[in-house]
Amino acid sequence: MLYAILCYHDEDFVGSWSKEQDAAVMKKLAVVQDKLIKQGRLGPVARLLPTTSATTLRKDDPPLVLDGPYAETKEQLLGFYILDCKNLDDAVDVARELGSANPGGAYEIRPVGLFEAGKALK
Amino acid sequence: MTDTAWIDGALISARPQSVGALLRYFRNLDTAEEAFQNACLRALKSWPQNGPPRDPAAWLIMVGRNVAIDEVRRSRKQQPLPEDEAISDLGDAEEALAERLDGSHYRDDILRLLFICCHPDLPATQQIALALRIVSGLSVKQIARAFLVSEAAMEQRITRAKARVAGAEVPFETPGAVERAERLAAVAAMIYLIFNEGYSAGGDTAEIRTPLCEEAIRLARLLLRLFQSEPEIMGLTALLLMQHARAAARFDADGAVVLLDDQDRSLWNQKMIAEGQALIEKAMRHGRSGPYQIQAAIAALHASAATPQDTDWAQIDLLYRALETVQPSPVVTLNRAVAVSKVHGAQAALEMIEQVAPRLSNYFHYFGVRGAFLMQLGRTEEARVAFDRAIALANTSAEAAHIRMHLDRLMRDSAAPAAKASDRR
Repeated sequence: MLYAILCYHDEDFVGSWSKEQDAAVMKKLAVVQDKLIKQGRLGPVARLLPTTSATTLRKDDPPLVLDGPYAETKEQLLGFYILDCKNLDDAVDVARELGSANPGGAYEIRPVGLFEAGKALK
Repeated sequence: MTDTAWIDGALISARPQSVGALLRYFRNLDTAEEAFQNACLRALKSWPQNGPPRDPAAWLIMVGRNVAIDEVRRSRKQQPLPEDEAISDLGDAEEALAERLDGSHYRDDILRLLFICCHPDLPATQQIALALRIVSGLSVKQIARAFLVSEAAMEQRITRAKARVAGAEVPFETPGAVERAERLAAVAAMIYLIFNEGYSAGGDTAEIRTPLCEEAIRLARLLLRLFQSEPEIMGLTALLLMQHARAAARFDADGAVVLLDDQDRSLWNQKMIAEGQALIEKAMRHGRSGPYQIQAAIAALHASAATPQDTDWAQIDLLYRALETVQPSPVVTLNRAVAVSKVHGAQAALEMIEQVAPRLSNYFHYFGVRGAFLMQLGRTEEARVAFDRAIALANTSAEAAHIRMHLDRLMRDSAAPAAKASDRR
């Protein structure tokens, strides 16, 4: 079963990391990711740019283009993983492992209904 | 990341909102700052034990306010100080406050906090120092280091600035649309100044001064998050990102300036460029151009050129022309002349800068650029005079060293034909 792990965190907080702190977190995450890759179950991974760079299209009639992210929340969607897990327990375990590499914030674990890999992008 | 690192991060990111709200309560900068400091001390004690609160800023505001009010009471000796646990046990109260904070005031709180730092009576250096101290929460030591002055001197500068701000009238009512726009513009200019302090550092001091660039970017993003639909704030943030993206390539190992044309473009930070590009594209959709957006667009054209030869100088010339219209300045003309020299040649560019020469007679870059144009035209002797003048006006040793490099090249080139002539003899 494919799961999406959606990463939420306070972007003010993440944004206050020094370059070194950021690099240290990414390095720890890479260890977990490498393990998942070796197990052949890590799909696309994305880290999103700050919500200030976001634009929202409200699909009203006519559609409305708005500056900023869809939802104003205390913690923001900052990235996601797609991975293959046996079941929810397995997915929670992976999330736990990612979480100990990058504490704070929250992961939303969502089963994926339809997944199309598309073309491998550079 | 360790617990204390987490708490430090949370305190830093909650600071602008917390101090801003406390300032609204107490209407006094010192009281607000002190209340925030006290709240931080309690957080360091309470959070490792009780776990972090859901909304650190709301917690800090609540505790800061309570502690400050208690201090007032204590000094009046009217009531005994409540137990520490009673203050720290905020539970529901914190949530209720967080609700109220969410929508309404905190946007204007933070803007006000930034705005009082750019009081027109304060010289630019004091504005920046004050903002870094109050809004960013950098220590006096950190700021002094970034400004290359002693801690005592910086302490004095900040104290003086605070005193001046305290004496000035700070408007606490919710600003109207026009007033808000004015505040935004002043704050944007101040953030740009902070960035420039870091960006204009020479190679010898770049390392200790670049944190100023990072702090300016952080403040610009903060401002943009509060005012999501302001194209000029998008432009400002994009501009800072685009400029800072080149940081790793701007100096060589010896700290000498590396010109844009000679920079190793693989060292440019593509993530920052992408973010800047996204912001410019967003801003353009508003169809309300402004100086920051135009400058960001110029920086973006440089950033998107794979090699110097790929640079779209004609477009850059057009953008500088637009900038001259909205923000006429001899420095803008000087920059445009560089684009003109690439499109129409050095002669046209030289004629252009001669028109603004009287207003730039003490400006290092004018003579550097003039010297370069003259050199391209083979007017060696005049180029040498211009370069000499540039060296005399250089602000940093890196600037001077850079011009000296041009001069050396000039000497070599002009010496070569002479040597040949003597050979023939």
